[in-house]
Amino acid sequence: MFKVASLLMTPAAKYLMLAFAILFPLVAANEYQVYVMATAFVWAIAVYGLNIITGFCGQLNLAHGGFFAIGAYTLGLLTADYGWSFWPAFLGALVMTAVLGFLVGIVSLRLKEHYFAIFTLCVGFIIYLLIDKWEELTHGTIGVRDIAAPYGFGLVDFTDTTPFYYLVLAFLVFAIWFMGRLSKSLLGRTFIAIRNGDELAQSLGINLMRNKVLAFVLSTTYAGLAGALYAGMVRFIGPEEANINHTFDMITYLLVGGIGTIMGPLLGTVGIVWITQSLQFLEEYRMIIFGPLLVLLVIFFPRGITGSFLTWMHRKSQALAPTKKRQENKVNTAQNREAESNA
Amino acid sequence: MLKVENVTKMFGGLAAVSDVSVEFEAGRINAIIGPNGAGKSTFFNLISGLHQPTSGRILLDGVDVTNLPSDRVARLGVGRTFQTTNLFEQATVLDNLIVGHRLRTKSGLWDVLINSKRLQREEKAARDKAMEALEFVGLAHVAGQFIADITQEERKRVAFALALATDPKIVLLDEPAAGVNPEETVGFAALMRKMVDEKGLTVCLIEHKMDMIMSLADKIMVLDHGEKIAEGTPEEVRNNPVVIEAYLGGDEDAAA
Repeated sequence: MFKVASLLMTPAAKYLMLAFAILFPLVAANEYQVYVMATAFVWAIAVYGLNIITGFCGQLNLAHGGFFAIGAYTLGLLTADYGWSFWPAFLGALVMTAVLGFLVGIVSLRLKEHYFAIFTLCVGFIIYLLIDKWEELTHGTIGVRDIAAPYGFGLVDFTDTTPFYYLVLAFLVFAIWFMGRLSKSLLGRTFIAIRNGDELAQSLGINLMRNKVLAFVLSTTYAGLAGALYAGMVRFIGPEEANINHTFDMITYLLVGGIGTIMGPLLGTVGIVWITQSLQFLEEYRMIIFGPLLVLLVIFFPRGITGSFLTWMHRKSQALAPTKKRQENKVNTAQNREAESNA
Repeated sequence: MLKVENVTKMFGGLAAVSDVSVEFEAGRINAIIGPNGAGKSTFFNLISGLHQPTSGRILLDGVDVTNLPSDRVARLGVGRTFQTTNLFEQATVLDNLIVGHRLRTKSGLWDVLINSKRLQREEKAARDKAMEALEFVGLAHVAGQFIADITQEERKRVAFALALATDPKIVLLDEPAAGVNPEETVGFAALMRKMVDEKGLTVCLIEHKMDMIMSLADKIMVLDHGEKIAEGTPEEVRNNPVVIEAYLGGDEDAAA
């Protein structure tokens, strides 16, 4: 059992997952399945952003869905109303979410813990109201139509589902790669120190505001990236994209998959999106199954699928190597770290 | 080393620390004692910059640090521990300590993106520093264990190691021996002595365990209701009538 599980922590497991993702459009039963998977990947990218500010830095940001919508609307409005082509508008969406993230961050991050959560909840709702009511800019409830698809430079046509799927996959791989690198770096460790406690982090010489704002801007940029991809895929967006429910959906994905882990956001998002799809026949009643499942998971696996798995693996490997000798322990540590970064 | 001049801290109308002046010499173990609520932890928070004094000055090696934020103070060489230390439970002891050396490094977001030479060099330095601190506190053998799996005493030692990884000149230890048994208390006393003797650090500690303090400290300051009521060697403090009264209570307290 332990040996089989160890295989999941080798780099080979990562490449197998990537191979599956690449082959998925070939084995999928129909185009709709590819479309669902692409949507799941887009949300996964946004969840990775939430993982930076909430999972690593410990600040529960409830405006995350709002920044997703800002990314989507920036791309949508720039292409539909101002005649920009996709890629410049795409960059514009990233810059817009980063700048707005910075401005919201330097104000909201002065607040701590639940005050920060409540403040960002309000920010998220204000974003929704602005999109819904500022009709001159956003077209209000009518939404934005005729959003440009990504320009394929004459090589690919991204209006097809499958090429777009690969485009999203490429961004997702980049998002995960960067998350992996961040988590191992001194910067990622700095974020985790802040999560452990503001006062302790400060006593270690960490500038709270600067690091929190950086984590916040990174997270909103991830959200903007996901939002822009979403707008390019569905090509019609409305105020509902800024609905607070999206934020809570993303928090659910993060909790189920494993908050503060590297593979958690992907597993949680893809898993829940497909479970939700397969429970479609239950319609509204599916929440009766889903709610209790979530409660049980949070009680018994507070670190989600990935976090619980990693903890279990670590305990097993410690139990199998009961040595007090420092040298051997050092090797263990190195291996665990290697394994953790691969998982 | 550390010079505190007429420092007062008001919380609303209440003086938590009132007009305290004291000087701690380099390479000594200085203890701060006093009844609960005497303002000891607040005094530490003032030195380490978590709180700003209402009035007075704090000098570290002649540099005015009175109104510096705590991260700047830490970079100037003030390390500290807290009564409770929240660490990442599901990460190894060593992983938790690496960040301790962060304040001596410069790598930012760009270094992470391109995995720069500087980042690699600094990460190695931080890891080595963490291991060195862990060896110093005698915990090298638990480096690979999760924080959640080590004992209470080992946790306290990890907190020491975290403070040491910042390369401090002076360390402020808030009740380092609280909640550990007498045998382990002796171990902590030895560790503090070792910090002074081997690393040349200056130690300041808050502690309630009198046996330990009296045998360990070079100098003791006594706080009561935010005011300094005595200072001196353990012998002087032990025989000071004002201190005895503060600890055992005056006549009116005894009657109550």
